[in-house]
Order: sequence, then structure tokens, then C-alpha cells
Amino acid sequence: MSGHSDYDEHHDEDYDAPAGMGAPSAIKIVISGGFGVGKTTFIGSISEIEPLTTEAAMTEHSVGVDDASLLDSKHTTTVALDFGRITLDPTLILYLFGTPGQDRFDFLWDDLTDGALGAVIIADTRRIEDCYPVLEYFESHGTPFLVAVNDFDGADIFDLDEVREALGVRPSVPVLYCDARRRDSVKEILAALIEQVLLQRQAGTPV
Amino acid sequence: MNDDGTRLPDPRMIPAARPRSWFDTETEETGGGRHELDEEIEIQDEEDAEDAEAFVRPFIVTGGRTRPLHDGLRIETLVVSLPSALTAPLHFEQRQIVHRCRTPLSLAEVAALVGVPLGVARVLVADLYTDNFVQLRTPQAVPEHVLERIRDLVRAL
Repeated sequence: MSGHSDYDEHHDEDYDAPAGMGAPSAIKIVISGGFGVGKTTFIGSISEIEPLTTEAAMTEHSVGVDDASLLDSKHTTTVALDFGRITLDPTLILYLFGTPGQDRFDFLWDDLTDGALGAVIIADTRRIEDCYPVLEYFESHGTPFLVAVNDFDGADIFDLDEVREALGVRPSVPVLYCDARRRDSVKEILAALIEQVLLQRQAGTPV
Repeated sequence: MNDDGTRLPDPRMIPAARPRSWFDTETEETGGGRHELDEEIEIQDEEDAEDAEAFVRPFIVTGGRTRPLHDGLRIETLVVSLPSALTAPLHFEQRQIVHRCRTPLSLAEVAALVGVPLGVARVLVADLYTDNFVQLRTPQAVPEHVLERIRDLVRAL
């Protein structure tokens, strides 16, 4: 992608036709994995804008939640959400949302995952166990996903079958290599995920 | 007595309107009154510190409301301004939103670009929707043929 588009550039042209020309639809893919595994790098490699960050406040979700453990004093304020945007064509905008690193914010994850096409779970072979809670989350939500094994410099390259075994995922879940810094690699992963969503639909597996 | 030998008037003789700084130079001799004044000065210091941080409680722009008037606003819901919104008398943040959303933006983008937490953006956008200043496009289930198109478009990126 050459350069990042600036929002302000486009506004004046469309001034008179705000809702016109085949109003676009948004699609969402969730990028998940353990802390520091390369989610934001992955998003930044393909997003047409610099990944944006917004704050999600605990208060909006903790209302009505009885579990007092959610009100742990260390995490009562906000978490940061990173996301990117890809305009596929004038009618389709693809958003990539990174899950916040802390696995404890399940209610926020629900917000991110509801309505998502699918999820990319990034795994680091040096800390494979970091993505176990993430796998469990997406398996229990029936969200289609694949595992992208991030190829870190200096990381021991494991055979993908070994990684699959270590992860304990179903044979139908793709486990692929990925370099989160490379746009073509990220693109392949996203295309493979959508293929996976299609396969699951055709197989009649609940999505 | 002060160090330089000058003597200030007895505090009881100083009218209320006189600057407090006068009392700063007082010696221990004035006893009781001194402790009280120190406390007042400390309070003032605390107020200054708060001003310096300029912390604004996030939901102040929604009048303290944390529940949106309209449910079902997802993080990826697209917000598009209607023409009437651009000339409407709106508050600062809402004005920013309708100007930004002349081209469709997701709720997440609205929050990030206007610089408010997601929960605040949700309340502000729901208000704008209720007042008929914006249209919302909540994503629907994606049919198979659209999925195929998305896959092909991603490959062609």
C-alpha cells in the first residue's frame, strides 16, 4: 500500500452525497493471540490507515456484571483496542480488530467477536501456551478461525504438524506460517481465513 | 519579630480582603492562627495540581450517561451523516462526528478520531441517530457469494 490515506482528504468531495452511492457494508475480522505476539504488526502490514487505537472503558461493560473479580483495582479503567481498515471496494470495508492482550476481558472480547467473519489466532512457537486461552475462547464461541504461526527472527522453526499437535486443534483448523511484517503473507492468511469460513458454511458446520 | 527586624500588624487587625501572602511572613509568635493558614495553602496547592493534569472524566460529554439511547451499535457499525446534520447546532464532539462521518466511518473510527472512549462514542452516536442526524449501517450476515467476492478482493489487494 502506498502511503496512508488521510480521512480529511476525502471529505470535501463527498460533501453532497453522504449516504449515496451504494452505501458500504462493514465486515470484521478479529486478530488474536497472546500478548506481544504481533497482532498490531499484522494489522499494520495491510491496513490502509495507520492502525488506530481507541479506549474501551470498563464501566460500559461492568454494569450488570455481578462478578466482583472484574472490578480488580488494577484494571478498572480502560483497555486499548487497535484496529485497521481495508476498503475492498466502494461497497465493502474490512476492519481488522486486535483483541486486547489481557485474556481476562472476556466481555470486551464478546463485543469484538460478535458478528465477526472469523478470527486469525497468531501463535509464537516460543510461547505456544499463550494462545491456549484464546483457542478455547474461539472454539467455545463457534467462530471460524485459523492459526497463523508468526515467524519471528531467531525463533526455532517447528514443523507445522508439531505445532498443530502442541495446540491440540481439530484437523479441520488450518495452521499456517505467517510473517506479520509482510503484507503478502498477511494477505494470504486473510484469504485463507475467508476460504475456511466458506468451507465451514458449505460443510454445514455451525458458524 | 521577623528576621529583618520589621514587624507586621497583628493578624486580627488585617481586614479580610487583604492578601493571604501577608501572613506567610509571620513568625511563630502569632501561634494558633498559623496552623490554620498552612492548611489553606495546602488545599490551594492541591487544586493547582488538579488543574495541571487537566483530567476530564470521559462521560462528561454525555452528561454522565453511559447507556446509549439506541441499542445494537456494534464496534464496526458504519455511521454516515445526513445532510441536515452539517448545519445543525450541535455540541463540539457531535459536530466533529457529523463532519467526520460525511464518508462512512465505523464506530471504532469515530471514537479514535474524535478522541473519546468507545463507550462515549456509542452514546454520542446513538443520540445523533435518535435525532435523525446520522444513518447507521449495522452489518448483516454475509451471504456465500459475498464471501467469495471478499476472498477474491483480499487476494487481489
